[in-house]
Amino acid sequence: MKYKYQSPIKFQYVGKPMNRVDGVEKVTGHAKYVTDMFFPNMLYAAVKRSPIPHGIIKKIDTSKAEALAGVRAIVTGKDVPYRQGIYLVDRPIITPDRVRYVGEPVAAVAADTLEIARRAVELIEVEYEELPTVQDPRESMKGEVLIHPDLANYERLPIYNIEPEKNVFHHHKTRKGDVTKGFEEADVIVEGDYSLPQMYHAPLEPHAAISYWEHDGKLTVWSSAQSPFTLRNLIAYAFKLPRHKVRVIAPYVGGGFGGKAGINMEGIVIALSEKVKGRHIKLVYTREEDISTVVRQGMFAHIKTGVKKDGTIVAMEATLIFDGGAYAEYGTNVVRAAGYTLPGPYYVPNLKTDSYGVYTNHFLGGAFRGFGHGELHWATERNLDEVAQTLGIDPLELRLKNVLKPGLTNSMGQTIHHDTGNVEACLKRAAELIEYDKKSEQPENSRKVRGKGIAGLVKAPAMPTNAGSAVIIKFHEDATVTLQASIQEIGQGFNTAVTQMAADALHISPDKIHFVMPVDTDVNPYEWQTVASRALWTVGNALYRAAEDALNQIKNIASQVLGVAPYNLEVEDDRVYVKYRPEKYILLKDIVMGYTYPDGHSIGGPVIGRGSFTPEMLTNLDLETGQGNAAAEWTFGAQAAEVEIDLDTGELKMLQLVGVFDAGTIINPITAGGQVVGGMIQGMGPALFEGVKYNDKGYPLTVSFTDYKIPTIADIPDEIKYDFVQTFEESSPFGAKGVGEHPMISVPPAIASAIYDALGVNVDELPLTADRILKALEKKKNDN
Amino acid sequence: MKITFTVNNENVEVDVKPNETLLDVLREKLYLTGAKEGCGNGECGACTVIYNGRPVNSCLVLAPEAEGAVIETVEGLTKGNNLHPIQEAFLETNAFQCGYCTPGFIMSTKAMLEKVPNPTKEVIVERLAGNLCRCTGYTVILDAVKLAAQKMGGAE
Ligand code: FES
Ligand code: FES
Repeated sequence: MKYKYQSPIKFQYVGKPMNRVDGVEKVTGHAKYVTDMFFPNMLYAAVKRSPIPHGIIKKIDTSKAEALAGVRAIVTGKDVPYRQGIYLVDRPIITPDRVRYVGEPVAAVAADTLEIARRAVELIEVEYEELPTVQDPRESMKGEVLIHPDLANYERLPIYNIEPEKNVFHHHKTRKGDVTKGFEEADVIVEGDYSLPQMYHAPLEPHAAISYWEHDGKLTVWSSAQSPFTLRNLIAYAFKLPRHKVRVIAPYVGGGFGGKAGINMEGIVIALSEKVKGRHIKLVYTREEDISTVVRQGMFAHIKTGVKKDGTIVAMEATLIFDGGAYAEYGTNVVRAAGYTLPGPYYVPNLKTDSYGVYTNHFLGGAFRGFGHGELHWATERNLDEVAQTLGIDPLELRLKNVLKPGLTNSMGQTIHHDTGNVEACLKRAAELIEYDKKSEQPENSRKVRGKGIAGLVKAPAMPTNAGSAVIIKFHEDATVTLQASIQEIGQGFNTAVTQMAADALHISPDKIHFVMPVDTDVNPYEWQTVASRALWTVGNALYRAAEDALNQIKNIASQVLGVAPYNLEVEDDRVYVKYRPEKYILLKDIVMGYTYPDGHSIGGPVIGRGSFTPEMLTNLDLETGQGNAAAEWTFGAQAAEVEIDLDTGELKMLQLVGVFDAGTIINPITAGGQVVGGMIQGMGPALFEGVKYNDKGYPLTVSFTDYKIPTIADIPDEIKYDFVQTFEESSPFGAKGVGEHPMISVPPAIASAIYDALGVNVDELPLTADRILKALEKKKNDN
Repeated sequence: MKITFTVNNENVEVDVKPNETLLDVLREKLYLTGAKEGCGNGECGACTVIYNGRPVNSCLVLAPEAEGAVIETVEGLTKGNNLHPIQEAFLETNAFQCGYCTPGFIMSTKAMLEKVPNPTKEVIVERLAGNLCRCTGYTVILDAVKLAAQKMGGAE
């Protein structure tokens, strides 16, 4: 069979820069976020939180708070004896009996004003019996302190392996080939430990929700949410409500980065609503509360790699131990995704990976841009650098020797195809952009040294095998269109990109298309979630079907009027015409509400296109071997960095950051570029200074932007360069896949690699602080 | 207590509590929700407004301090139906993603350009270092400020 793919879509707008469609609302300050919404007679909520990291609740006394004028409702865990969670149902809405981290909700108040609600919270008295805490997931696995004694009884998806006596909420295993044999064949074995702390999303808009429960049983929730439909599903599940009685409305989101995926704090304000029906209740988290809501998991990794003298990898054995915090919930799948993607974009014939998600008394570790891949690449890319050092091979050459190519299999046993993506091209282009073949120019007469480094990466959407999308296209009287796709505009520019895609799928211009906001689960078609860098791919497929559906309706009506077979008709711009006699046409505006003949009788009717999509040909992974078809499509990439380090202070200055990604067709270079630059700076934060800190008892130390620093405009590198490799992804008619998360992933290893190039030292713990760099230099001096 | 001040060229009188912030008054009493609360602590700049010609974190200004003051918020920038050149510059350079930090950046930019019509990169970085953006990586914001300076008649 001779096979050559051809896209069914002619690209006229796709691929061109188009300014963002949400711009005017955002520069005028008119864009509305949940925090900006007010309702008449609205109540305000505040949350009582645990002051200790681990303990049993002995008693809660709310009587003083109840007596306060203006207090309308108080809830404690006893009022909402429900747990929630997208993958593992381990997280109470408000904990009834046991607290597991500092800041865990134990009660909430709704009152006439925020001030009263906060005062009432202070009046709630809680008695605790303190329990021993556990901070380090490696310690936690000894099972001396059990954080969820009931774990075995929690509901979970069957794709997760729990080990309750070890505090393990998921143990992912990859078993591919024969590692023992592989290591026997190796000429050199290099192993090391790599770690990173928890990290905070830090969206500028904190978590916020408004809830309204009508007396007739209908619940409406406005939430700053990445996942309106999944949120509805989880609310309905926890509160045991039919789905059609729950409505989630999600306006603009002021930054998500994974932290607003799934369900977060909505349950608390809903629980209050249940007690005060008929009134809106608003809950907006303070920055301190927001930091304690969800973070990226910390990780300790051990990687052992066996290679031939020429650099060919023959075996790898890896253990990842994630600090999942007090509840796993969404984080179960982070552990799994990191486990199944390891070793990244390279071919390893013999592979053994154990990825453990472990409970501790830290903030709960959930979804974060990159979803485990920033963590796993930190370990594997660092280890590859150390392999290269041991062999005396250039790190780029080592990578190029081992990249995944068509015909080879990845960690799950999936075969790489010609359209899977080209990591080799990404690495080469990144090397070109940073002029990798030239050593850094060293500043003269200075105690400052410069170096360059490079790293590869890969990530697929981590999603259930049935994570579906749906799109509705409605034509109006003048042949303009409204488009409903329930992806949230969280800043990524989806509204703009999907408008361009719809324009090409419908053969009309983008100014005739309006993307409907906000997402409203009562009105919009279903969408799993705005996560995993999957929207362009899944929605792209659903959109193509919806457009074809609408165009077919138009052609069918036109076929009757013009007496021509539908396949001989074409829609373009404002008309539907006969392909071989273009002068014979009907204007779209005369057909999209149905066609009316001169005598008044009509045929057809309003045109509504409908398209649905679910990922094709996916399977769950075998729980013992991790083999299966869990990933639908992959985005590959490469990143490079140039740094300058002060030998006396260890201070690091970023000279250059480079990113190259193969995300298939780039729909809009402006929004794609925005994702790349923003993502690289978000990846630079945890590389250089970000990390959640606790004292040795488990009390958090980073509770504001003063203690938890994120990059400012003063921190960005002198130069940022990026490019795209565009291997057409054939499982989408647009050839496009995601690039939202990837730019964050391999920034830290690229920087660590540059540090080695400059100084000849390896720093294997994040963040790469001046302190750690100086210590490594010190150690090198002593070793010599 | 009652206070009066000017906001976006209009005189307003509001009933406030002494411990309320200017940001609360603007958002919750006057429904000028362009300024955002990102931290409530002077650490993020999302609440930046112009107070007697200076950019301030309105979350740190107590309502009584606004008595008699001249306040400008992002809502005051559009004249009729026309965007302000700074808004145009942010729009044309796509200098935003989620948009939550954008009103704060725009007001900081306005305050800066009124004093320094043609700022160097160093000046821009210094004046905007108190405004956090988690989305853009800042490069587009630098572009926007330079374009705004040009549009407003600064040299180049
Ligand atoms: S809200 Fe005022 S500085 Fe952050
Ligand atoms: S655009 Fe989202 S914080 Fe700046």
